[in-house]
Amino acid sequence: MTDVVSPVSGIPKTKAGRRDIGIKRRYAAERRFRAYGVAALSFGIIFLMLLLWSVVSKGYTAFQQTMITIPIEFSEQTIDPQNERAANPQKLMTANYPVVARNALAKTLGVSVDDRVKIRAVGQLLSDGVRTQLRDMVVANPAIIGTTQNVALLAAGDIDSAFKGQINLSVAEGNRKISDQQVTWMNQLAESGVLAKHFNTGIFVNGASSRPEAAGVGVALIGSFYMMLIVLVLSLPIGVAASIYLEEFAPKNKFTDLIEVNINNLAAVPSIVYGLLGLAVFINFMGLPRSASLVGGLVLTLMTLPTIIIATRAALKAVPPSIRAAALGLGASKMQTIFHHVLPLAMPGILTGTIIGLAHALGETAPLLLIGMVAFVANYPATPLDPSTALPVQIYMWANEAERAFVERTSGAIIILLLFLIVMNVGAILLRRRFERRW
Amino acid sequence: MNIMKLSAAALVASVAFAGAAAARDQVQVAGSSTVLPYAKIVAETFGETFPDFKTPIVESGGSGAGLKEFCKGVGEATIDIANSSRPINKSEIEACKAAGVADVQEIRIGYDGIVFAVDSSNGDVKVEPKDLYKALAAEVVVDGKLVANPYKNWSEINPTLPKGPIAAYIPGTKHGTREVFEEKIMAHGCKDAGAQDVIKAAITDAKQATAKCVAVRKDGVAVDIDGDYTETLARISANKTGLGVFGLAFYENNADKLKVATVNGIVPSTETISSGKYPVSRPLFFYVKKAHLGVIPGLKEYVEYFISDDMVGPEGPLAEYGLVAAPDDQREQVRKDFAAGKTM
Repeated sequence: MTDVVSPVSGIPKTKAGRRDIGIKRRYAAERRFRAYGVAALSFGIIFLMLLLWSVVSKGYTAFQQTMITIPIEFSEQTIDPQNERAANPQKLMTANYPVVARNALAKTLGVSVDDRVKIRAVGQLLSDGVRTQLRDMVVANPAIIGTTQNVALLAAGDIDSAFKGQINLSVAEGNRKISDQQVTWMNQLAESGVLAKHFNTGIFVNGASSRPEAAGVGVALIGSFYMMLIVLVLSLPIGVAASIYLEEFAPKNKFTDLIEVNINNLAAVPSIVYGLLGLAVFINFMGLPRSASLVGGLVLTLMTLPTIIIATRAALKAVPPSIRAAALGLGASKMQTIFHHVLPLAMPGILTGTIIGLAHALGETAPLLLIGMVAFVANYPATPLDPSTALPVQIYMWANEAERAFVERTSGAIIILLLFLIVMNVGAILLRRRFERRW
Repeated sequence: MNIMKLSAAALVASVAFAGAAAARDQVQVAGSSTVLPYAKIVAETFGETFPDFKTPIVESGGSGAGLKEFCKGVGEATIDIANSSRPINKSEIEACKAAGVADVQEIRIGYDGIVFAVDSSNGDVKVEPKDLYKALAAEVVVDGKLVANPYKNWSEINPTLPKGPIAAYIPGTKHGTREVFEEKIMAHGCKDAGAQDVIKAAITDAKQATAKCVAVRKDGVAVDIDGDYTETLARISANKTGLGVFGLAFYENNADKLKVATVNGIVPSTETISSGKYPVSRPLFFYVKKAHLGVIPGLKEYVEYFISDDMVGPEGPLAEYGLVAAPDDQREQVRKDFAAGKTM
């Protein structure tokens, strides 16, 4: 650096005869600035680490689920005592499956079926979801009635939490949901390997449930997928068309200035406002169904459009005018210039903007509140018209649950959402790397 | 490429309009976040028990928001049931009538207890409405005069309360629970502490006098919680001397982290609440549109299932979760009224 400094008149000379051009001072300023930068960066990284640590340390256990694997005797005596299933298939739907499971577990534990108090406590070790689990097995294959099968049953949410050490078992028995007897049974079952943690596929495929052990983000994933699809399909063409027209064709006058100001404003409008708009227009006026991912997608499209338009216009502006001039000079029409030369060069910027807009839309809950998507939805949506929910909504709803087992599930769902966001943002970076051109 | 996308957009739009014409085959419920866990349990078991019907959709959002949506009108685009942690009020009934929702059936599902709890590291806590009034009222009576609340430490009020400065986390005004807190604790405490007479002597208007009685101090000692009980729990875990207001069901699920306070010497439990000994409880409701019964598939069955003893009875899953079952004759009356189609 020093050798390129040229003598400038008017700067006083120092005693030694060398001019003071403030090198030390300037270096010091640079070092200070760098230190500020490093400090700012480490501040950000520390908070990111704290966030990730708190989410991951609380949530990683959600991907494991305590199961009780026992031989279950599908006794005809309990399921269908009068042997009427051939005449009345409904019988298999309403049979008392929890008793089948409970008696099997009691047998494993050596508890007498006649001990009413104890047998009730045994039943509480199992999830209420065993009813549907066993019912689906029997309905799918009625031939298993009368046989004994090894089945992995869901443990109750409180047992799951206790086994993972999330319930303080040192407090008085009356102050916790599971009794000392149940803890003893739990340890006994764990020792013999009957009760063990397995990978929790349920959290990915199940719909919402009031039982934490059977709750999953399946419906929310499908709902979010539908919404992202609708946002992509609607906002990309509309946003790109609008910005090409504004950037390349529209005359520059007060009216287009006004439009530009409004688009920038819309990008900063709180998202709940779009929810109000969606409720008024799509549900109350157009009569679209409540809680449907279609309406959610339309609302999020409106929210994402300004982001995409702004990104696209910036990308179009960044294409050097020489490209346009060359194309026009060779006799291309304006339309050909834009679609053959400008747009392909602007594509990386447009795609990056779109993906960032989509990632923003994926994490949005507030506008969904008013259109009925913050809801308990257990059935899978077949089409975007069916009621469904969204990933961030599921996180919000689980965060408000009273049961301890929902705490880890909330963090588990956050991890799933973060993974999706990471995939999308990495995708944006890769697209930019792949197609970026430098001039 | 663009043409392809535009046609896809057109496809989405056409699906939209085709769907608007299709009939709704799922019950839609919205309203109180206090009733939400119970409605979820019923909806889930309903879906499992009746495979012919889809599981009802239960939205959360608060009693007021639910009733507002409920009173928007009749038809498939509107919800069928509004859950509420308080009785529907006059202005809401009028709004319903104005929108054509004339026949509304009120269904009382049971009772919810409201408990006071501190962090589990504290000793046993015994409170009376009088204590809470003294700790939390905006103005209290000292030497026969109304003054701004001077109390700073729990120890000035009741020795069983946590040692340290007063801090209370109470439900915000948008919650139905706040009304119950004001009515059952603050108003009674005001009377017991002798403040009511002083206030009545100063203010002749009865309404204003009551409002003054239940006014909560705003100097940062009593904190309004607008979120759910999970937020209150987090606040108490962070501030060990804080006192929080919870629903009985929430407390029972987190009893290892909390120590519940007795009110007038009574420990809150489903037994003491259903017998009426424990003073702070309130009924929970839901409201059904009569015009939708028989139109929306599964609505009638859902309501009947909800009020059957399999659900709201003292041995049912709702009681297991923390709902205080109504007495036998009341539950029977609710079933009779619904079957007879009794409207409000």
